[in-house]
Amino acid sequence: MESANELLTILPLIIIGAAGLFVMMLDAFTGSARLAYLATILFSAAALAVAVSDLFGPMGESFHGLITYGGTSSFGMVLVMTGTLFSVILSRDYLEKTGMHIAEVYSMILFAAFGMLLLVSSNNLVTLFLGIETMSISLYVLAGLVKNHKKSVEAALKYFLLGAFATGFLLYGIALLYGASGSTFLVDIAATEDKGMIYWAGVGLLLVGFFFKISAVPFHMWTPDVYQGAPTTITAFMATASKAAAFVAFILVLSRALPDARADWSDVIWLFALLTMVVGNILALVQDNVKRMLAYSSIAHAGYIMIGLAAGTDAAYSAVLFYLFAYTLMNIGAFGIVAYYEWHKGYDFTEVSNYSGLGFKQPIMGVLMSVFLFSMVGIPPFAGFIGKYRVFAAAVDEGLISLVIVGVLASAASVYYYLRVLVHLFMKESENGIVLSRPGTLYTASLLILAALTIFFGINPGVLTDLLGSFWTVQY
Amino acid sequence: MELLLNIVIYLPLFGALLLLIIRQDDWVRWTSLLITMATFVLSLPLLLQFDISLTGTAQYMTVGEPFLGDWDVKYMVGLDGLSMLLFMLTTFMAPIVVLSSWSSIKKHVAGFFSMLLILQTGSLGVFAALDLFMFYIFFELTQIPMFFLIGIWGGTDRIYATVKFFIYTLVGWLLMLVALIYVGFAAGNMVNDGVFTTDWRLLTSPEFQLGLVEQTWLFLAFGFAFCIKVPIFPFHSWLPLAHTEAPTAGSVVLAAIALKMGTYAILRYLIPLFPNAAIAFAPMFAVLGVIGIIYGALVAMVQKDVKKLVAYSSISHLGFVVLGMFAFNTIGAQGAIIQMVNHGLSTGALFIIVGMLYERRHSRMIADFGGIAKMMPVLTVMFMIAMLASIGLPGLNGFVGEFLILVGSFNSVVLGSYWYAVFAAVGVILAAGYMLWMFQRVMFGPITHEENKKLTDINAREIGLLVPIMIFIVWIGIRPTDFTRYSEAQVTWMLEDTQTRADAIAHNAHSTELPAWALKLYDVTPQVASYMESDHEEGATTAITAASGNSEVNRRENEENGL
Repeated sequence: MESANELLTILPLIIIGAAGLFVMMLDAFTGSARLAYLATILFSAAALAVAVSDLFGPMGESFHGLITYGGTSSFGMVLVMTGTLFSVILSRDYLEKTGMHIAEVYSMILFAAFGMLLLVSSNNLVTLFLGIETMSISLYVLAGLVKNHKKSVEAALKYFLLGAFATGFLLYGIALLYGASGSTFLVDIAATEDKGMIYWAGVGLLLVGFFFKISAVPFHMWTPDVYQGAPTTITAFMATASKAAAFVAFILVLSRALPDARADWSDVIWLFALLTMVVGNILALVQDNVKRMLAYSSIAHAGYIMIGLAAGTDAAYSAVLFYLFAYTLMNIGAFGIVAYYEWHKGYDFTEVSNYSGLGFKQPIMGVLMSVFLFSMVGIPPFAGFIGKYRVFAAAVDEGLISLVIVGVLASAASVYYYLRVLVHLFMKESENGIVLSRPGTLYTASLLILAALTIFFGINPGVLTDLLGSFWTVQY
Repeated sequence: MELLLNIVIYLPLFGALLLLIIRQDDWVRWTSLLITMATFVLSLPLLLQFDISLTGTAQYMTVGEPFLGDWDVKYMVGLDGLSMLLFMLTTFMAPIVVLSSWSSIKKHVAGFFSMLLILQTGSLGVFAALDLFMFYIFFELTQIPMFFLIGIWGGTDRIYATVKFFIYTLVGWLLMLVALIYVGFAAGNMVNDGVFTTDWRLLTSPEFQLGLVEQTWLFLAFGFAFCIKVPIFPFHSWLPLAHTEAPTAGSVVLAAIALKMGTYAILRYLIPLFPNAAIAFAPMFAVLGVIGIIYGALVAMVQKDVKKLVAYSSISHLGFVVLGMFAFNTIGAQGAIIQMVNHGLSTGALFIIVGMLYERRHSRMIADFGGIAKMMPVLTVMFMIAMLASIGLPGLNGFVGEFLILVGSFNSVVLGSYWYAVFAAVGVILAAGYMLWMFQRVMFGPITHEENKKLTDINAREIGLLVPIMIFIVWIGIRPTDFTRYSEAQVTWMLEDTQTRADAIAHNAHSTELPAWALKLYDVTPQVASYMESDHEEGATTAITAASGNSEVNRRENEENGL
């Protein structure tokens, strides 16, 4: 049966979509956040397992070319579901301790994840738009979860208003591209013959929409406020899953809809990559709030990833995918530990000076934070280093040496703000007399798994890089 | 033996993990001592089985599978003449460093010793790595523990010191990473069927010929990173700070091992990878080396803090190493290698002794001491030996290295002037000045401070950890050939090979395609004169026979050169 097989190609989507509805009903009938949490973990793990097995499956298109599956899309799904699963696991302890543990959180996370899954498997601009909107609307709600806190409400409103603008740009771009090519399918856009004003305007607006979602400078204004205002584990979810999804979709669009125009958009992305790295890193240097610092650091990371997009070769795309994986691991980990420290004093205990002397109070957390931060700096033997190395190498191979030099100098500057956290954790004396409780077993275990993966893929990246490389050599 | 090499490298790392489950501080200390002792004992067979006549290849090689996907980047370790002595120095110093922190470290003991052990694995890896990429990874592995060692257990200004140390080093090394990637692709295109490679054997193969313009940029990028690490004047400003603020063990490891990574990298990678650029820039580096020698000595002279004085003397000593390497002859490079070992021993000992004084007196200011020779006769003797070795008194190890380097730079064809040696010799005189003056103020004269009357002499543990260093200080001083013979053949081969490849590249270069600055820098007409001839001028030959006594190698060289 053709249609049943087609359904199998979007199995993770179906699981997560059903899970979202199920968890919402569960909430309506039992009102138990515990149950919702358990159900979410089970469904997410199932979707993750399916996505992982799809990695080794065939690649192709389904639903009359609206959906693409296998290869890059499956890897995008793995990224999204990894982000979702770990954020959910970390969320429970954090939200319980800060008094925000309600079942709706989980259904909104699942709906957002559904949007992301759709986004990474879109082969058509309309599918892509649906994915982005489903994801964004759920995220607007999640950002405003702390209803009685000014910062959280501000974050939600800001995110919503700016997000709406960006969506407008994106949609207008899609419309113009449709006008120029007569189709919304990515492959048809690639085949556009008349590349006139309308076509280029469409491409430009599309890029702006994506730049907003991946928070490239100068479309990054929302990121620090939203990351700071949202509950920390939700921030982890937004920073990893939604960003990874947006990047994967960006790669799909660039490689499938605009491959011939690479020479043109490459320069544009070159410029924005440069801006993003420089501005992101410089602004991160002066942040006193760890969540805000991590927000700017995620902007900076977007800049490094964009170096790979600017290179635009197969090797560069697979390097970007690896980078996204490393980025997901270390960011959830870092936010998870921020959340852990935060819950001892309630919401907003995230100034870097709050961290003085905490490292030795629960050494395991301190050590894990060091692993994640050193990985973000890009120091071997952690996965972040390999990601950076491969992206930079792909760009050097394409002759983008000056951009790479800016990249390494920017990441040298980034050392300062990452180390600052470690300096406070380990090298300053504690002043506030805070007593750290032991985190839950599952909480510690998931952080340990993240750290173990960060180290494993730093020492032995070959397993993954071979797989990612194979996505691009096979023609779908 | 291949397995043994890997065991020696990773045993400390294993020990560091072991320390995580040990709760008692005393057990932590004993375990680290045991692990480091075991590492040292296990590394001895590597030294004894080492075939000193083998050149152009490494021994005990482990070559792993490529681990970075489709790129030819693999785990590759082994030892050769260039790395053997430094590798042994690292395993030798480790138990001493552990012992020296036995009682001075009181907080977070397990953390401290596990950092030391991780640092040791990183350092051993740096010296054993034979893949440029692995070298980079091991190098960064040493940075993290060093960051924590200085930052957590250091002095009052430790945070500034450690952040400065970390960022300063990283800036250089990240730029080098870009150059490394470029080299990897270039080597892949030329000698590895288009597959990215950082295999040391391929990078030094004669078919791998980087163009002169490329070489210049890559040389500067690599050189910048290594200059910071050594550190060569004017990139030295992190060093005195890091040395002063670090705990004793940190200073010792920094001086004895970590700084050697920079000089070792120059000899191992910078010179062979970019032969033409290395020869063209040799005078510049030699000038920087000489400036470092004199500048370090002058600044050391005015220090009020003993530890800072030793730190600046480090800059001075490392200037010698740089000068020796860029003399581009066997004597100079041999001197540089033995000087690295000497500096590790004598400066390491000095830092340990300063640490012992500090532990008793809680001060490092020269003015706070005076006349303590009466209270601490044993320490005085040890201090005197280490200090005299550092000055370069004949009969002790410092003399051998400095003498060889001076002879090498005096006769150097590449440098082409004896003035380098003349100015460097001034540094030796200055060293005698600041060291003896400091020693006199600290140890002799009347006791001016009441507290100093209560000082106790060093105990058995402290004597036990200093005596091995003293033995080697004297041993190298009296019989240097026991040590220099390990590197002799390999160094000679390496320099010869570098010169040959430089000539080949210059020969193939077309002067019309080069920009004007490159033409000024490089002599693109085929070179006939070889630097080797200088070695066989009368004075030099006598010197090398006198200092290293390995006539076998010399004779072979002579035959090869038709002399």
